Amino acid sequence: MGNITTRKNDLQKFFLQLATRWAIIFLLLGAILFSIISPGFFSFNGIQVILINSPFILLLGLAETFVIITGGIDLSVGFIMGFASVISAKLIATFFGLGMNDLLSIIIGIVITLGIGMIPGFVNGILVARLKVPPFIATFSMLGITHGISELIIKGSYIKNLPALAGEIGNGSLINIAPGKTVSFFIKPLIQRGGQLIEILPTVFVIPFIFVIIFAFILKSTKFGQHTYAIGGNVDAAVRAGINVKTHIIKIYMLSSLFSTIAGILYALRYVTGKADAGTAFLLDGIVAVVIGGASLYGGIGSVWKTVIGCLIILVLENGLRMLGFPTYYKYIVVGVVLIFAVLVDQFFPELVHKEG
Amino acid sequence: MEYLLEVKNLTKKFGGLVAVNNVSMEVKKGEVVGLLGDNGAGKSTLIKMISGVYRPDDGKIFFEGKEVIIDSPIKALSINIETLYQDLALAENLNVYSNIFLGREKLKKILKFINVLDHDYMHKESKKVLDRLEMEIPSLRNRISVLSGGQRQAVAISRSIYWDAKLLIMDEPTAALGVAEQKKVLDLIRLLRSQGLGIIIISHQLYDVFSVADRLVILRRGEKVGERNIKETNPDEIVSLIVGAEKVAM
Amino acid sequence: MSKSSLSILARNWALFFVLILILIFSFTGINFFSLANFQNIFHLSTIYLLLSASETFVIITGGIDLSIGFVMGLSSVLSATIMRELHAANFPPALSISIGSIVALIVCIIPGFINGVLITKYRVPPFIATLGMGGIVNGITLVMCQGFPISFLPPHLTEIGNGYLIYILPGKATSFFNRPGGIAGEELKELIRIIPNSLMFNFVILFILWHILKNTKFGQHTYAIGGGMDAAVRSGINTNRHLIIIYALSTFLAGLAGVFNVFQTGTGNYTPFTSMYELIAIAGVVIGGASLMGGKGRIIGSVIGVSLMEVIENGLHLSGVDPFFRFIAVGLILIVAVVIDQSFPDLL
Repeated sequence: MGNITTRKNDLQKFFLQLATRWAIIFLLLGAILFSIISPGFFSFNGIQVILINSPFILLLGLAETFVIITGGIDLSVGFIMGFASVISAKLIATFFGLGMNDLLSIIIGIVITLGIGMIPGFVNGILVARLKVPPFIATFSMLGITHGISELIIKGSYIKNLPALAGEIGNGSLINIAPGKTVSFFIKPLIQRGGQLIEILPTVFVIPFIFVIIFAFILKSTKFGQHTYAIGGNVDAAVRAGINVKTHIIKIYMLSSLFSTIAGILYALRYVTGKADAGTAFLLDGIVAVVIGGASLYGGIGSVWKTVIGCLIILVLENGLRMLGFPTYYKYIVVGVVLIFAVLVDQFFPELVHKEG
Repeated sequence: MEYLLEVKNLTKKFGGLVAVNNVSMEVKKGEVVGLLGDNGAGKSTLIKMISGVYRPDDGKIFFEGKEVIIDSPIKALSINIETLYQDLALAENLNVYSNIFLGREKLKKILKFINVLDHDYMHKESKKVLDRLEMEIPSLRNRISVLSGGQRQAVAISRSIYWDAKLLIMDEPTAALGVAEQKKVLDLIRLLRSQGLGIIIISHQLYDVFSVADRLVILRRGEKVGERNIKETNPDEIVSLIVGAEKVAM
Repeated sequence: MSKSSLSILARNWALFFVLILILIFSFTGINFFSLANFQNIFHLSTIYLLLSASETFVIITGGIDLSIGFVMGLSSVLSATIMRELHAANFPPALSISIGSIVALIVCIIPGFINGVLITKYRVPPFIATLGMGGIVNGITLVMCQGFPISFLPPHLTEIGNGYLIYILPGKATSFFNRPGGIAGEELKELIRIIPNSLMFNFVILFILWHILKNTKFGQHTYAIGGGMDAAVRSGINTNRHLIIIYALSTFLAGLAGVFNVFQTGTGNYTPFTSMYELIAIAGVVIGGASLMGGKGRIIGSVIGVSLMEVIENGLHLSGVDPFFRFIAVGLILIVAVVIDQSFPDLL
């Protein structure tokens, strides 16, 4: 009844709302802080630098988002990415070497890799859903198996001889403007030496971004997404409600594998080769991003956008530290602290968890 | 008169253990049958065969006079057999209307070919059915985890009602409820009975069972050891059937 | 096959598998079946055995520890750094080595302690707590060593780390702990070495751990917690304190592994990000019969699990097979382990 009490409640509510969004706030604060300390952070180029490094974490984070929401985990994403980079690079190089047109060899190489890349996910899904192997073990085994196969394909040497076009696409931008002259997409236009070129939106960022938008929509607004959350929330309830849980889980792991494969293909295009350990640096970053973003390892909670924020936090921290002159090692410490902090916040504000999904 | 549900000689084994042994029972429309028995008597297994979670090793099930093979939960749901499990089978992380529509989500088309969840429809319909049951739930958009035991029970029951259950199976509906809420649930059961539903209720609370049931079926160690009309028996007799004293007395 | 012999087979399938593999590799591998090679296998698996032992305790309680690989790196770098500094300050080698080792061991209890507190009092899932802690420890280690191995350590380290108990020059000399003096060149090839120091060291540690797990109240409570936290709490076990001890023990053993790494390699090494030590340790524990759900597991099982992986790697290598096949092999075996574990759920 009294004015003071209602105002206090409103204030409390406001802070609670704020606390829910702690990740975003943290991100903004971090970004602002870094841009103050080192100008150029928020510059056009600065952001592009962050964006260029983001595709792999975004894709692997996307992969883990779906898996973790169902209460599982996928340790194989990093090595499926390496596997995919090796296979796609090898296929493209082989086709090109056999005389196929460069664009065609790239396209066919990518398509075949996409198909092959879903197999590890399929196996993961079968192991988890039908053989009831704990996801940790199943995906860890797949990690080993794909690693072994990747190395066998490479046999110690590098994959070379990809067409130059691959590198151009991989390192190119969506929109390239030679001021006053031409605009071209994906590939740099021919300009005179010393001519000016403005590149906007690296291709390797655009592609994951498109997937992020599509799958954020799918997770939030479709039956598939709803069932994913249901399985994570209460598997029994999902079964009894008539959801085909086993098939759904297989699809989820195949989806994870698909994203990892795309990451591997982008890697191959960007670095014009394939490496078995292409994804090792990002091995656990995907999981970390998902958790920092607010998902629970027990399942049922999380979202694509939350994961994106988690990825951005990692990227901003990394780049910020780098720009401040700290050696890369500090990133591990900082990310580790943020990770634990993220989970602690969820404990101290359990109401956050109960807000509308 | 045609029975709503008739099961004949149902048997279920798990390895060497016979959980349900040659049990037959019937449920009429507009009738409440209490399924009683001690722990391990086979009640849960029996109803899981009717709700499609288990397949009987032997025996037949007849629904509305026709033989049916209920080989999955979806099959049971499709012939309007709804089951309320002891643990309510609700997804903690989803909100009220999502739980009511779990597995049977309503979709709408956007851009002519993309199927998307129709949140408004599901929200509206859920509100309607909860109002019908005179259940108060502050916001249907809240996650289930913030609701009380009675409210959750209400959501679970609403789910069954919404999907036009013809046969409703309830496993321990009043356990873990406060007294006032227990009364509400029992009133609901009577309401549903008057609307023509057949209801099987498993409960350890003999008092509750005696206040709503028309007939009682008692299981012991997987076998049916007794069947009584409510008016022709009393709690003492039922207890002795459950624990087997009667046989000893003989 | 009768039911009981089937379950005996299932329970010890890893052991049988190792024996069969040894048999096969004896034929396909060059010098596989030799004293020198077997001892070599044991020697190389020292680190993994220690890490697996620490994971065994953690996994039995239903938890997991992803920090041990990085704690090992910390220990390696820290002990080496101290040894180097003391040595440069002209301390006697024995003292610098001892102080370096002991300090590192003590320091390595701290990450585990923090893990335990986070997990029990703050309810952070073990996966996250240990992952985060591992990252932090890794960062600290890297800052300490700037990405380079630590050298200029006191002498004699590698002799202790790679030494054997008995040296026999057939027909000529026998000595203990050190090579017989005055041998060179051709005669070195004749030298027979028996019982690596690392084997003795491991044996003692593993024996102690085995004893703790099997015969003490502490071990019993560990299983109890894994079997059901609620039940354990209600029977009066101080589960919070117990778990903190478990995680501290885990990183302590990782610290031990790190110190031993210094003895074996003669340098302090950080743990590369890609080495996945903890995952391999966990694999050893699971192959040995533990369940990630907790409540099951034995030290002997983990030893067999690690041995299986090492035998595969060594055998494939000596048989001239591409070493990368072992990743595939271990992956498959892990799946087999879990499937068997589920088919025979009552085995302990």
